[in-house]
Amino acid sequence: MSNEKKLVLLVDDDPDYLFQLEMMVKNLGFRVKTAESQAEGESVLDTLKPDLAIFDLMMENEDSGFILSYKAKRKYPDLPIIIATAATAETGFTFDLYNENDKAWIKADLYLEKGIRPDQLHREINKLLKL
Amino acid sequence: MATLNVLVVDDEPGIRSGINRILSNYSVGYPFMDEDFDFHLIDAETGEIAIDILNSQAVDVVLLDNKLPGMDGIEVLEYINKQQIDVAVMMITSFASLDLAIKATRNGAYNFMPKPFTPQELRASIENVAKHLFLKRMTRKMQEEGKQIRFQFLSVLSHELKSPLNAVEGYLKMIQERQFGDKVEEYDKMIERSLARLKGMRNLIMDLLDLTKIESGKKQRKLRETDLSEVAKMAIDTMEPYSIQRAVKVKLITDGNTSLLADPDEMEIIFNNLVSNAVKYNRDGGKVEVKLQGQATSVVIRVTDTGIGMSKEDLETIFQDFVRIKSNKTRDITGSGLGLTIMKKMVDQYNGHIEVESEPDKGSIFTVTLPRL
Repeated sequence: MSNEKKLVLLVDDDPDYLFQLEMMVKNLGFRVKTAESQAEGESVLDTLKPDLAIFDLMMENEDSGFILSYKAKRKYPDLPIIIATAATAETGFTFDLYNENDKAWIKADLYLEKGIRPDQLHREINKLLKL
Repeated sequence: MATLNVLVVDDEPGIRSGINRILSNYSVGYPFMDEDFDFHLIDAETGEIAIDILNSQAVDVVLLDNKLPGMDGIEVLEYINKQQIDVAVMMITSFASLDLAIKATRNGAYNFMPKPFTPQELRASIENVAKHLFLKRMTRKMQEEGKQIRFQFLSVLSHELKSPLNAVEGYLKMIQERQFGDKVEEYDKMIERSLARLKGMRNLIMDLLDLTKIESGKKQRKLRETDLSEVAKMAIDTMEPYSIQRAVKVKLITDGNTSLLADPDEMEIIFNNLVSNAVKYNRDGGKVEVKLQGQATSVVIRVTDTGIGMSKEDLETIFQDFVRIKSNKTRDITGSGLGLTIMKKMVDQYNGHIEVESEPDKGSIFTVTLPRL
């Protein structure tokens, strides 16, 4: 492990939420790169490989986060990805990634609710980065 | 060609083979159906066998004799009804009995056919049953699709409502924790953004109420002779504080008789949407031209802007619920994504139509044609 700060890519189309998440993740001691859409996220991934990525689900399309996640994993199979969204609670859709069927098509490692507390987020990130 | 499975329940072999003969080369078609129906026949000589078949394979139509050796036809019908099996039942009766007819109808028999019947009569009855079945299934399918669309609408809506709540909550927490120190000024931007998000949420709720009123048909329309030039002027005035701020010049040109029979409130919604979009999605210092042309059978409204325009792909989606074109150029523009949906529904109510031409970075032209009622 190098001593350099790990780089986290954040993609969310809500500029306010993106700013807040950026602050939160920076305060946890990471470097941050942000993008505001699936398309922008893809072009960032073309030029650099982050250590971890957090994607919003509904951006250009209702499933942009999944698609971005799929493409990111194709490029960097070992990149840990978190999908964070407000979708679950109100739609009743639950995508937990613990059953093999879902894991096969949702290429993310973790699915998180927005509004997560910094300490929870920190724990999840550390787990994924094996810190 | 779709095939309907017809279960013939009769203890007389002659009837079963007769029906078989009549229907085996027969097909039914209607102009409103995509495809014709033909018939595949299954035999049962008792009610008990019929129930076994109903439980083990797909059946669309049951031709059911009432007088059977074991359980009788009415009992089979009761079973079908209780199990809510999706079939159309036609009772075959050798004698007309009012009592039986009432019982059978109460249990959901679709039709009766007296025995003996001619091939012609059987074909006519089966044609009716097929039509009934088709319509029933179509209705159900459409209801299910309606539910699906409603569900999608609700899930996107809740997302749109929850996002600003998350944003505001996030800012409040940052302020509460004094994340940027003790100076109030450090938080000005966050307070400003929170207020903007709340305003956006309020607009969304207002738009939603408009939309609900249109869809439930509860919005009472008060039609009267309305001069669209006046409505246009009002919409331009309403937007004025914002257009001055953006230094966008809005020009109104009217030509001919621009009055028509309409609900002024609804016209206002149409014009507010057209004008506010033309100003909002303009560049600073841009222009908007609102042109009204009274023609013999319609009034044509053409709103031209010098704004950011849209790509072909964007144009295809703009009338859908909650669709907002997201790009660097639109990120600071607030909107519910329902404005054009509402406007389109309004225009539809007047049997009018909307055309959009647009070129990225050049501008857009919205043309609304409203026929004189």
